[in-house]
Amino acid sequence: MATTTLPQVRPYQRSWSSWLYTWLTTTDHKRIGAMYIATSFGFFLIGGVFALVIRSELAVPGLQFVGESLYNQLFSLHAITMIFLFVMPMTTGVANFIVPLQIGAADMAFPRINALGYWLIPPGGLLIMMSFAFGGAPVGWTMYAPLSAKEASTGVDLLLMGLVLLGTSSILGSINFLTTIFKLRAPGMTLLRMPMFVWATLVTSVLLLFSLPVLTAGLIMLFIDRNYGGGFFDPALGGNPVLWQHVFWFFGHPEVYVLILPAFGIVSEIVPVFSRKPLFGYRAFVLATASIGALGFTVWAHHMFTTGAVFLPFFSFFTFLIAVPTGIKFFNWLATMWGGQVRFDTPMLFAVGFIALFLIGGLDGAFLAVVPFDFMVQDTYWVVSHIHYVLVAGAVFGIFAALYYWFPKMTGRVLDERLGKLNFWLLFIGTNVAFFPQHLLGLDGMIRRIADYSPNAGWTELNFLSSIGAFMIATSMLPFLWNVFITLRRPPDAPSDPWDAYTLEWATTSPPPVYNFDALPPVRSERPLFDLKHGAVDAHAAALPAGADQSHGEFRIDPPEEFLGQPLEGHEDAEGHPRGIAPEVSAHAPDSEKAPPTDEPK
Amino acid sequence: MTGHAEVVVPHADADVVHGASGHEQHGTDTALMGMLLFIASEIMFFAALFGAYFNVRATAQVWPPEGTEFIDPIGLPIIATVLLVSSSFTMQWGIWRIRKGDRTGMNRAVALTLLMGVIFLGIQAFDYYTLVQNDAFGINSGVYGTLFYTMTGFHGAHVLGGVIGLAVILSRGVSGQFSAKHHVAVEAVSAYWHFVDVVWVALFATIYLLK
Repeated sequence: MATTTLPQVRPYQRSWSSWLYTWLTTTDHKRIGAMYIATSFGFFLIGGVFALVIRSELAVPGLQFVGESLYNQLFSLHAITMIFLFVMPMTTGVANFIVPLQIGAADMAFPRINALGYWLIPPGGLLIMMSFAFGGAPVGWTMYAPLSAKEASTGVDLLLMGLVLLGTSSILGSINFLTTIFKLRAPGMTLLRMPMFVWATLVTSVLLLFSLPVLTAGLIMLFIDRNYGGGFFDPALGGNPVLWQHVFWFFGHPEVYVLILPAFGIVSEIVPVFSRKPLFGYRAFVLATASIGALGFTVWAHHMFTTGAVFLPFFSFFTFLIAVPTGIKFFNWLATMWGGQVRFDTPMLFAVGFIALFLIGGLDGAFLAVVPFDFMVQDTYWVVSHIHYVLVAGAVFGIFAALYYWFPKMTGRVLDERLGKLNFWLLFIGTNVAFFPQHLLGLDGMIRRIADYSPNAGWTELNFLSSIGAFMIATSMLPFLWNVFITLRRPPDAPSDPWDAYTLEWATTSPPPVYNFDALPPVRSERPLFDLKHGAVDAHAAALPAGADQSHGEFRIDPPEEFLGQPLEGHEDAEGHPRGIAPEVSAHAPDSEKAPPTDEPK
Repeated sequence: MTGHAEVVVPHADADVVHGASGHEQHGTDTALMGMLLFIASEIMFFAALFGAYFNVRATAQVWPPEGTEFIDPIGLPIIATVLLVSSSFTMQWGIWRIRKGDRTGMNRAVALTLLMGVIFLGIQAFDYYTLVQNDAFGINSGVYGTLFYTMTGFHGAHVLGGVIGLAVILSRGVSGQFSAKHHVAVEAVSAYWHFVDVVWVALFATIYLLK
């Protein structure tokens, strides 16, 4: 036997203090990922309550529930919470759990920095939430100067400090993801065999690495203006308020791809599995993801068309250009489903819902790239509608697809399908009821960030409809939470590979052992588990011999028959099954006579 | 069967034990790659500050703003610049020594670099002190002062970070923890020190030379 004998996994200790200590001090990427997911879901519920208060206030004309000052704080913190405290840590958490598994690594490259990255989130979130108690932060999530520079409220400073902490967390996270992806891939896992979710995480990390420091610099400049009498954004001192918009959107536009690319990756994992086909146009997909990332840095000023300070044709052209790689992705998703045996389990429902609704959000965005149209709908509900179609129907649908898809891998339990479908349909209908009317309100001239509107403006019915949709979205969370609750009370019984999937995370047990894999199947294509289950390793081995660039480590791992039926000592779980080896997977493996030729050095 | 799954511990301070899945070191060291990516993010941080400088300068009517004068680079600023640029060379000399396995040579080079870094910080502190004493400009007296203190201040903070890194390297070097094969921490701190130096060259050119 060649595999190192690893220490016996100690039985789970039940005392509360040791349980708490284990979680507080963990550097295991799976536990850190789970903490990211749980924390960000808590913030999702908080941000959702903000949204419900906002929609209640807007349901009918007049001020019913909150004053204008609190309303301004609520819409600012709603966006900040949903973007920085929900979507970003949630996708980071999913990637934290899944990416090392998908590339066949034992952990992230820097496990302790990974833990630090997580532990910056709770204090950051706390500082931001504390702003309510210190005068509030009614400056919008974009924090435009000069309002943000002049607003005399400690709450704004707390917001800035909290955002710097969250930004630091993201920078550390992206350094960690990039190093992990570049350095810790399993033998044979070349860059062009990585799952699309790993590619999405790679491009997202590059975007964060190059854009977030710019936001940090901007936040510090704003802090200096507010607290030390600086003049960056103050014309009276020779500064330039539009500078803030440049700095903010140089971060802010790559940021929107940071929010959506992980969802693209998730959907690209789910659609092939539930269509029983490989992803159509894998290489085109990789190229499209990378080009969206690159183009993301060329379009920041399309948020600033009306400032008169930017060159309109350039930014308009590049904004349109982004529709090309996005269109390639849509084409590839549809072509993947075309002629496949599509199964509509809950993850697939969310993925298909994503494809349908993100298209609407994307088309809204293309409208906004038309300069004269943008001049007309700047700061109206058209923009609010667009951002919610890409963030709720985009990022949130992607996140729910991921949670349903990977929940068995994370917890060892499959979520209930009936409750899942109820969750999907309530969310799908609620999203459209809430946000489609806002297109019409925007075209009708209703501007964003107002707490009240005139009864004779003709906006009452559509606003009321939109508020009903918001409450439907909130209701859709109840079956989800109940589903998670009852599922976690069941004993873990999920098979290693419940969806009959293709990628490496399904080659280990559900949940995986601390060290992830006892042994890995050989990686000969972007679908190593499919090859293993259907005996296709040989075919790939002939067609794709280990090239010069991948000769290191190729077949350093034992061929599959070596780890089958030979449970390693000390690696059985409570039922006596070997941990880290999926029994269903091994049943499909080619037998020893058909084992791939080993070209390893003796 | 000869699966290569031995536990490879590339160096004592590595965060990762490349064990059960058979990974091995090749190409850029993992820790060094982390540092290079961190430096990439730091470059973008300073790029934002430089962007702010040139945006403000481009939209200003006159530059420097009325009532402010360019600082004369002759004198302390140019001494500080020569010092910091030279310290990059001494740092690199240290790297070349340890790559040949010469621990004493590396320790001397790092000590010299550390000393130059500390003197640079001293000069910067003295420079700030004189500016305040002469009532030249403050951080709140106009955008020129805000830019000057923010840019040089954040650069100074990074020099301080580098000095702390050098001190750690020196103390580890003195206790003999590095060898020709195992000295990734020295390489990482060296990369960071070169970065800090290059930023200063750009800052010096922008603030003192560009008229």
